[in-house]
Amino acid sequence: MDFSSINPILLLASLMVAATPIILAAAGELIVERAGVLNLGVEGMMITGAITGFIATVTTGSPWIGFAAAAAGGAGLSLLFAFLTQILLSNQVATGLALTLFGLGLSALLGQGYNGIKAPEFGKIDIPVISDIPVIGPILFSHDPMVYVGIGLIAGIWYFLKYSRAGLVLRAVGENHEAAHALGYHVIRIRILAIMFGGACAGLGGAYISLVRVPQWTDGMTAGAGWIALAIVVFASWRPWRLLIGAYLFGGVTVLQLNFQAAGIAIPVEYLAMSPYIATILVLVLMSAGRAPGSLGKIFHASR
Amino acid sequence: MTDTLLELRGLTKAYPGVVANSDVSFTIGKGEVHALLGENGAGKSTLVKTIYGLVKPDTGKMTLNGTAYEPSEPRAARAAGVAMVFQHFSLFDALDVAENIALGMENPPAMADLAARIREVSEQYGLPLDPDMVVGDLSAGERQRVEIIRCLLQDPKLLIMDEPTSVLTPQEVEILFKTLNILREEGTSILYISHKLEEIRTLCEHATILRHGKVVGNCDPRQTSAREMAEMMVGASLHVPEKAPHEAGEVVLSIRGLSAPAPHQFGTALKNITVDVRAGEVLGIGGVAGNGQDELVAALSGEMKTAAGMVVIDGREIGRLGPNERRAAGLCAAPEERNGHAAAPDMSLTENALMTGAVRKKLVKNGLLDWPAAKVFAEEVIKAFDVRTPGAANTARSLSGGNLQKFVIGREIMQKPRVLVINQPTWGVDASAAASIRQAILDLAVSGTAVVCISQDLDELREISDRFAALNEGKLTPPRPAKGLTIDEIGLMLGGAHDMEVAHVDA
Repeated sequence: MDFSSINPILLLASLMVAATPIILAAAGELIVERAGVLNLGVEGMMITGAITGFIATVTTGSPWIGFAAAAAGGAGLSLLFAFLTQILLSNQVATGLALTLFGLGLSALLGQGYNGIKAPEFGKIDIPVISDIPVIGPILFSHDPMVYVGIGLIAGIWYFLKYSRAGLVLRAVGENHEAAHALGYHVIRIRILAIMFGGACAGLGGAYISLVRVPQWTDGMTAGAGWIALAIVVFASWRPWRLLIGAYLFGGVTVLQLNFQAAGIAIPVEYLAMSPYIATILVLVLMSAGRAPGSLGKIFHASR
Repeated sequence: MTDTLLELRGLTKAYPGVVANSDVSFTIGKGEVHALLGENGAGKSTLVKTIYGLVKPDTGKMTLNGTAYEPSEPRAARAAGVAMVFQHFSLFDALDVAENIALGMENPPAMADLAARIREVSEQYGLPLDPDMVVGDLSAGERQRVEIIRCLLQDPKLLIMDEPTSVLTPQEVEILFKTLNILREEGTSILYISHKLEEIRTLCEHATILRHGKVVGNCDPRQTSAREMAEMMVGASLHVPEKAPHEAGEVVLSIRGLSAPAPHQFGTALKNITVDVRAGEVLGIGGVAGNGQDELVAALSGEMKTAAGMVVIDGREIGRLGPNERRAAGLCAAPEERNGHAAAPDMSLTENALMTGAVRKKLVKNGLLDWPAAKVFAEEVIKAFDVRTPGAANTARSLSGGNLQKFVIGREIMQKPRVLVINQPTWGVDASAAASIRQAILDLAVSGTAVVCISQDLDELREISDRFAALNEGKLTPPRPAKGLTIDEIGLMLGGAHDMEVAHVDA
């Protein structure tokens, strides 16, 4: 065993990268669920964003256009979910599961011919001056822009939900859709917008995997990140900052156990591989005290 | 006398299978408290929803302050000065008072200013309320204050109140009426819906009466008796339940030393309840809510099992049997909570009829459901108890509270049980429906059923009971003949004077 090969600075820096796709997707799902909709199709929207973003980046050479295309791809797929659940009033759980299966199939179809290609580099930005600070600089201030977009998204969502009128209305719709309707708010319109936002965020998260983390295209490459994002939303009791902690914890243990594996620690690989899941669930369960939005997953029909 | 604030002319609204409002016209004056009366399903709710912009009328016109008024949505109604306090509160449990109020306003001020305004208005109208409380922790009366203050902050010209007092304690009703009188003096008009006619007589100066969606009369409630108003609502003279004279028969239900621990944290333990109920007899059990009523119903219906010998029917010990086995033995029960306990809200009336009727009406054959027979049974209940619904295929949830109550009580009565246990049989039901439910209970007793009726409505118990007992902290007083029992004596029994019967005998 050789723990000296584990560099704590590098470990913490890669933790932020490992957590970013989950932060992006979970942030979107948090808004969706706070609006009272349970979209289990996060995985499908992520993988769709991963391939649409990858295709756009390879075609144009610009990762920024790629991320925009990923958001559009994820939001486009989420519109299908919105149409089925909000207009045709289908069951949200079944529709969400179907959306995941559909997204996996669709992305594999779109991705034919893109296997094995490497995506153009998405440069790190070294924030001047502060990225030169020893230890803290490389950990916090020397990443690609999407890492900061993820953190900014969490801060923005927190502010939106806590202080803005629109955020209050969104929470009201998720808490009691009948009362919100009685007060004259457009429950279905608000929910469709929330679902699209969630789809766009999931698309960004997927593209982060295919453009930055890996960075190339393979079928099914999100490998369950969407499910982790869903679980983290619940265990974080629908609160943005807890969600960030949960995602970092998950990313951190993931990176750490990979390092342990590389160091040849005498614990079976299977246990190491499951450790991020166990650690995240344990910590978030111990922390969790919140309750779900009152109308979560219920079908709204204006006539009753 | 007063100027006209709102005029309705020829409002009509039809739903598939039901005409909710038909050519409804009346006017509300400025500073007038106007009552809207009618039985369950007479179209009151549809009418106020039309005024509040939640429902669009098929035909008809409204005029507010002399100008045409066609609110396309509640926002437009609020902007025009119409505010509404809902029957089922339109509040968000997880949000605090200030947030709830902000949601009901068009242009709410910043949260800090809003909190100050809430304190100011709540003081001005005598409605104490803390803007930082989470609404889920408030009592029914406090929750209603949130709704009222939400309306008042917008300086409404017309305040609509849909059954505001049905969930309030008498003290809270008094506070509410004081507030409404202040509003009236300030020139605000109030449209007031209630089943409680005595309230309307003290509060309102004008009443419009609806029946089957049509305006059938007007009156000044201060000069009209409650009985006259009830008869206008029903369109016939009000039937007072009567019991045909008959002798009580043999003992059918024996409760022997029934004791049970509290089933959950907020429950009440039952303590050594002993009483016999004879065929043809109605035992009325009174008491303040939360003194073991729910637990007693559960122990009798079979939801909660006890030692075998604690509940006995026709000499057979059934304390360990479940609800279906007890139904087979002849005991039917109707719990208090309609939606979710007595009926499954999202299932049809046929399915709901089948669920308790399967055993006694033989709706299951060889393990398979007999749907045609279940439908016939549901339709019999609907017909016999005048349940207003387009058909047995409709969900329980789609019925108004009073109509669903008629259905769940009717479903048990129509099974002709040996013993009927009911909790709050006429809760939230209008006067004529309540009278017909009580009559059905009495008729069932005359046919030889032993009835246990638990209720918090003492007038109801005095009307139908042969003997009366009171539940107090899980203990039952010895029953006394209901005839000649005074309110004072009942009050003493409710207060827990368990040894009164003994003292009575001694004296």
